[in-house]
Amino acid sequence: MSVSDVSPLSSPPGPNVRAVHDEFHGDLLEVSMGPHHPSTHGVFRMIVTLDGETVTKLKPVFGYLHRNHEKIGENTSYLGSMPYTDRLDYLCSMTNNWAYALAVEKLSGQTVPERAEYLRIILAELTRLLNHTCLAGFLLQDSGASGTPLMYAFREREKILDLFEALSGSRMMCNYQRFGGCRADATPAWLDAARTLTDNYGGFLDEYEELLTGNEILMARTQGIGRLTAKLAIGAGITGPMLRAAGVAYDIRKVDGYGLYPRFNFRVPLGAHGDTYDRYMVRVLEMRESINILRQALRDIPDGPVMDPKAKLRGFRPKPGEAYGRIEGPKGEIGFFLISEGGPNPYRYRVRPPSFINLTILEDLCLGHSVADTVAILGSIDIVLGEVDR
Amino acid sequence: MLGTGLIQGLAVTARNFVGSFHGTKRFVTTQYPEERTKLPEAYRNFPFLVCESADDPMGTLRCVACQICEKECPPQCIYIEKSKDKKPDANGKMQIYPAVFDIDIAVCMSCQICVEVCPFDAIEMDQVFEIAATDRFTGLMMDRHALAKPNGYFHQIHPTQAEEVDSRLAAERLAAEKKAQAAAAAKAAPRPAPAPPAQSPGAPSAQAPKPAAPAA
Amino acid sequence: METPEQIRDRILARLPGAAVAVVANPGPAAQHSLLLGAAHARDVARLLRDDPGLQLDFCSNVSGVDWLDREIVETTKITAPDPAGGPPKELEQKTKRLQPGYLEVVYHLYSVALRHGPVVLRLRTANRTDLVTLPSLTPVWRSCEFQEREVFDLFGVIFAGHPDLRRILMWDEFRDHPMRKDYVEPDDYEWEPTPHGDVLAKARRHYPAAEPAAAAKQEPKA
Repeated sequence: MSVSDVSPLSSPPGPNVRAVHDEFHGDLLEVSMGPHHPSTHGVFRMIVTLDGETVTKLKPVFGYLHRNHEKIGENTSYLGSMPYTDRLDYLCSMTNNWAYALAVEKLSGQTVPERAEYLRIILAELTRLLNHTCLAGFLLQDSGASGTPLMYAFREREKILDLFEALSGSRMMCNYQRFGGCRADATPAWLDAARTLTDNYGGFLDEYEELLTGNEILMARTQGIGRLTAKLAIGAGITGPMLRAAGVAYDIRKVDGYGLYPRFNFRVPLGAHGDTYDRYMVRVLEMRESINILRQALRDIPDGPVMDPKAKLRGFRPKPGEAYGRIEGPKGEIGFFLISEGGPNPYRYRVRPPSFINLTILEDLCLGHSVADTVAILGSIDIVLGEVDR
Repeated sequence: MLGTGLIQGLAVTARNFVGSFHGTKRFVTTQYPEERTKLPEAYRNFPFLVCESADDPMGTLRCVACQICEKECPPQCIYIEKSKDKKPDANGKMQIYPAVFDIDIAVCMSCQICVEVCPFDAIEMDQVFEIAATDRFTGLMMDRHALAKPNGYFHQIHPTQAEEVDSRLAAERLAAEKKAQAAAAAKAAPRPAPAPPAQSPGAPSAQAPKPAAPAA
Repeated sequence: METPEQIRDRILARLPGAAVAVVANPGPAAQHSLLLGAAHARDVARLLRDDPGLQLDFCSNVSGVDWLDREIVETTKITAPDPAGGPPKELEQKTKRLQPGYLEVVYHLYSVALRHGPVVLRLRTANRTDLVTLPSLTPVWRSCEFQEREVFDLFGVIFAGHPDLRRILMWDEFRDHPMRKDYVEPDDYEWEPTPHGDVLAKARRHYPAAEPAAAAKQEPKA
């Protein structure tokens, strides 16, 4: 019995489709999904072995966007690495900058003025809003709602990007945080624009949820798909909304209490089932909590300097030692591990990438589901290849 | 009833579709290049060198080729060669100037670190983004002639920043002039008897008379 | 949260033969770490995960570090008798010793159950050349799976007991380990000449006619 007798394909298998003949299991098909693929969120490859349409084995392959960011970090000064951190998770540059600034401030023992901490929280929550909005759009886009939810999401994201452009000069590659504060101050006009956006965002979310949350097709495609148990999630180092959708109440904003988060009143949404629909809903609820935090921060932001007066821009040489600093980024725990030997460049510069580690259980989640569900599960893990590969 | 979610969703898309014909809340497309969005003042793209006057750009560059921006640039896209001679700059002071100042904008990542570290406010961020070239290497290598733009242009694109820079430079110039005047006045007054204590005995040349103080 | 010394004592109480030492971290961060010997590392890790007082069930970060051979100069004061017969003199004697290089793997552990952390573990190889095997902690914490593969790929540390140890970021046929300090990058891949002298000199070998104007006005940097 040869492949062409039983293969359902109308044309012979092409270069990326190979039939694997296995005595016990019948014909298994090995498909390479990616790296050129519209639904894999970047140059990401999955080698999927299929029995009909059911996934029997899945191996992720990445490294197509590896840019030796950590080696560049060793050869560049501390300040010079800040623009490179923008390009890790390129959708969320403000939070990447903050995580790096936090790690360096831990390493060097610097303090940050209050207004700068408030600004950092405002920008981090705006970043969380735009990331989760994008995720909802991308998840629907990958599932086949070709473009409409994504374009609505991007329409609102543009408003946040306009705020970032007015403050830092650039929409995505902001390079805004510095060691000891922020680079530039926010004008009262900017804060008013941020308040207007915060007030209007709830209305947009209501409309967006009307479109998506009760949608029967979305529910059929995502409920019960890709269930993640809490035990597996903790052991595999999963962080972020994915962990909370599995029912684990671990949010680094509450646990570590970095920045001035202990002053803010917000809840942490948890999921009950750990499936794809829960991951989507946790993100929607987190967006509502972010709006809550933004309202409080924009109301209470004090006047003052935005930069530690003792901070040096050039000639910054932290004392020898090492530090690990982490924050709750929109995708999970993003941390930086820095070893300083007293020189202008770090001796070791390591990024703890949440998307990379969240992919550990991709195979576990996809086994037994159909190949179309793989795309939905990958969409709900929320990866950005810039962070996975660095 | 099964399907209410779908019908609700269709209502949302219908609302957006019809709403896009009425007003800009749901229709957000700018018909580029006939319409252009107004960019915020802080928007930055690639750097440019500030010169004081448009008539003599190379002679009035603020840059003194200190090479700090070259060292701090993360992707190392700036290349500077100092001049061998000194020329008077816009304030009449003899300064070295950059004989070669190249920025490879194919490499530049618009991070603005060169602007932050420049001690002379000689390099600032430009806002032009329509600079496509057909040659990947020489077409995207901007030399000092292409990079030099006058201070008036800086005022046009970044008014608040330019005001702040100008007032700071004027204040620094005023302080330097006052200091020079005070030093000239101290010299003109009758000299107190002993030499300053920091002088070492074996440095006779340090006591040589200084050249005539410049007219204040 | 217990101090590293208390954790060390707790480990030694349960596993008396284990090699555990506290490595102090100079600098303001004060994140001190525990240096583990390779032989008992996995048992210690299991103890840290299962002990009810610690419950370090979450391994957040696994980093590799490359330490090259280092010359350490120690200055000691010795008293030497004065040959002229006077009182003994105090001299400073400098001794140089070579600390051989090694590869190090640093684990940052947190506890989700008890919400504390970080506890930092370090494992060191014997040298950088042939004795580069360390026990894998993937059977204890699944999050080490991809990160240990990355340390293997970029540093060359071989993890014994890892379920699937192969390259992860570089392609499978790649040789050498890029994050090592003595890695020499090849200059025969296509790249764009940037203005700097040494980069241009290297690029000129591959693009002889690309930069006539630039070559004419720039001299290679000294």
